[in-house]
Amino acid sequence: MKDVRRDAWVLRDDGLAALVRELARDGRQVIGPTVRDGAIVLAEVDDAAQLPHGWGVELAAGRYRLVRREDAMVFAHSAGPQSWKAYLHPQHVRRWTADRNAGGEWTVRGEDEREADAVPAYAFLGVRPCDLRAIAVQGRVLGGGPGADTAYRRRLDRTFIVAVECTDPGATCFCTSMGSGPAVDVHDRGYDLAMTELLDEGGHRFLIRAGSDAGAELLTRLPVEGAAPLTESAARHVVADAAERMGRSMPPVDLHALMAGSMAAERWDDVASRCLTCGNCTMVCPTCFCTTTEDVTDLTGDHAERWQRWDSCFDLDFSQLHGGPVRASGRSRYRQWLTHKLGTWHDQFGESGCVGCGRCIVWCPVGIDITEEAAALAEETGQPENRGSVQAAESVRHARQEGGGRR
Amino acid sequence: MPAAARATRPTLAVFKLASCDGCQLTLLDCEDELLELAGRVEIRHFLEASSAVGSGPYDLALVEGSITTAEDRRRVHEIRAAARHLVTIGACATAGGIQALRNFADVAEYRATVYARPEYIATLATSTPVSAHVPVDFELRGCPIDRGQLLEVITAFLVGRKPDIPDHSVCFACKRRGTVCVTVAHGTPCLGPVTHAGCGAICPAYGRGCYGCFGPSASPNLPALIPLLRRDGMDEPTLGRALRTYNATAFAELAARSGEERPS
Ligand code: SF4
Ligand code: SF4
Ligand code: SF4
Ligand code: SF4
Repeated sequence: MKDVRRDAWVLRDDGLAALVRELARDGRQVIGPTVRDGAIVLAEVDDAAQLPHGWGVELAAGRYRLVRREDAMVFAHSAGPQSWKAYLHPQHVRRWTADRNAGGEWTVRGEDEREADAVPAYAFLGVRPCDLRAIAVQGRVLGGGPGADTAYRRRLDRTFIVAVECTDPGATCFCTSMGSGPAVDVHDRGYDLAMTELLDEGGHRFLIRAGSDAGAELLTRLPVEGAAPLTESAARHVVADAAERMGRSMPPVDLHALMAGSMAAERWDDVASRCLTCGNCTMVCPTCFCTTTEDVTDLTGDHAERWQRWDSCFDLDFSQLHGGPVRASGRSRYRQWLTHKLGTWHDQFGESGCVGCGRCIVWCPVGIDITEEAAALAEETGQPENRGSVQAAESVRHARQEGGGRR
Repeated sequence: MPAAARATRPTLAVFKLASCDGCQLTLLDCEDELLELAGRVEIRHFLEASSAVGSGPYDLALVEGSITTAEDRRRVHEIRAAARHLVTIGACATAGGIQALRNFADVAEYRATVYARPEYIATLATSTPVSAHVPVDFELRGCPIDRGQLLEVITAFLVGRKPDIPDHSVCFACKRRGTVCVTVAHGTPCLGPVTHAGCGAICPAYGRGCYGCFGPSASPNLPALIPLLRRDGMDEPTLGRALRTYNATAFAELAARSGEERPS
């Protein structure tokens, strides 16, 4: 008998409908890719027909175009304008409220984070390997340790994740450089089900395997059939092939050391002349976690609320101290973004803050490219090539297995 | 506000200089909050709402409109002298408004073309923001201003805190709202990356580019955006017009400044 926990199965494309149905039947809100406003965005899907059947994307620095594919592939597109952080780390949340009574006494109430349990849990359908890593990376920042956000932890813990391996990397993808894709690592504990989409002589189908007990249980309710060895090797092949077709790559240097050694580089002036300091890169980045607080009072002055909203190191107010912002120039703000992402993130959290999804390249209106900036810095500072990227991947793999990604 | 001061209601006054009244109307538009506001403050002077005119001093004066006449230039000093806090509202008051287009042209010629009896028209050669004449405590941007932001400014002044009015780009709000970027995905020119947030990124949410009605953000890099606007189909006259609307002088100063020094 097959071991449902370990073996791979095959789901025919009509089985996707059953997958969406079963997730909804479990009371989950299913979030997946769907076409809206000329892009493949993440939104609630209540029917597999809403998935982007036959849609693909053409990506370049500062450019995104939705295109019709010649086939009916559903997940043959790379990262879109939002990431899953829009759901796990919402852009605007209330932290506490305070009320003053007639006697002038204040009562402060923190948000009851257990209320998070009253709303439907999410099912994320179609999480790419880079984003699976990003969820784990952000989870280690917000889900535990000194920066712990317990509401975040609750949302993540209750989310059911269906990962889908990448077969069609975009021109801006470089997960291979960051060790985060295009395959889903079998040892990854961050997913419940993982799929590989196949469309060949054998038809349109998904190789599917469980990554958790919840995933294994769900599998028993899906119309799956045993996977033939040929199907398994075909799936391995399309993903290995995708690794060869990455649109971009990071320079093969120790990026952590590169950032530490580039603080005075002239390249920062060059990029600052092009950078709009518009903040789009941090907003689309699936690991950027920064927030600010806003205090709201009503007209009576007897009711106050504190909200948390996404902020960015490109905001002047972000580094505002007494007397003015610490990072007043565009140069210092771009440098903060890049050196945090690729450098000091290692010091803080033991891994890279970049997973190679390419969103910051695509959604930067002027097309500033993180890989090109890193390469220019490496060239200017003469950073030697080494096995740094391999070491980084090692430490990431190590980190992935403890903490954040585990749910 | 200290408890002792709560017994007497703070006084509010709304003044209009050269403007269209749209920003003041935003206050009347605050339907749900208006009654509460009227109970909370004493509205001493608000001709749009009531012809009763109460004299100063005022705790908070909201000033709409720009300075385009010698009379208003004199009056704005009186308003300042009578106001504890002076907040200017809208693009006219904060940047000179669309009427500041005259700053780039010959007013006498305009006057002769537009009016049948130009000799009856007394006007200055320029339209300038209130802050060019008197110190201003806070400038609320927009053409028109945003209702939520106006309430935020009023409530903040009432309790004595700093208003939470971010001065970053429209893109921040656009992304937070989950809009697909019209520049990146559709090739539509958008002034969002150099424009002050505050509207909630309305235009991109309806598929069109931002046209800068809130004026420049706190750290705009206009020279970096202009090639993009050209690429996406704006020819020189269109580009000129895009930057010369409600905040013409603010964007013009910015263009002039960035011509001399590279932004850092
Ligand atoms: S830095 Fe850019 S490529 Fe890296 S994870 Fe963030 S958005 Fe993706
Ligand atoms: S890059 Fe900037 S916005 Fe992103 S996590 Fe770091 S400091 Fe925050
Ligand atoms: S790098 Fe691009 S997206 Fe990021 S702030 Fe600069 S211009 Fe905006
Ligand atoms: S649509 Fe305009 S405002 Fe929105 S992110 Fe794009 S450039 Fe910025």
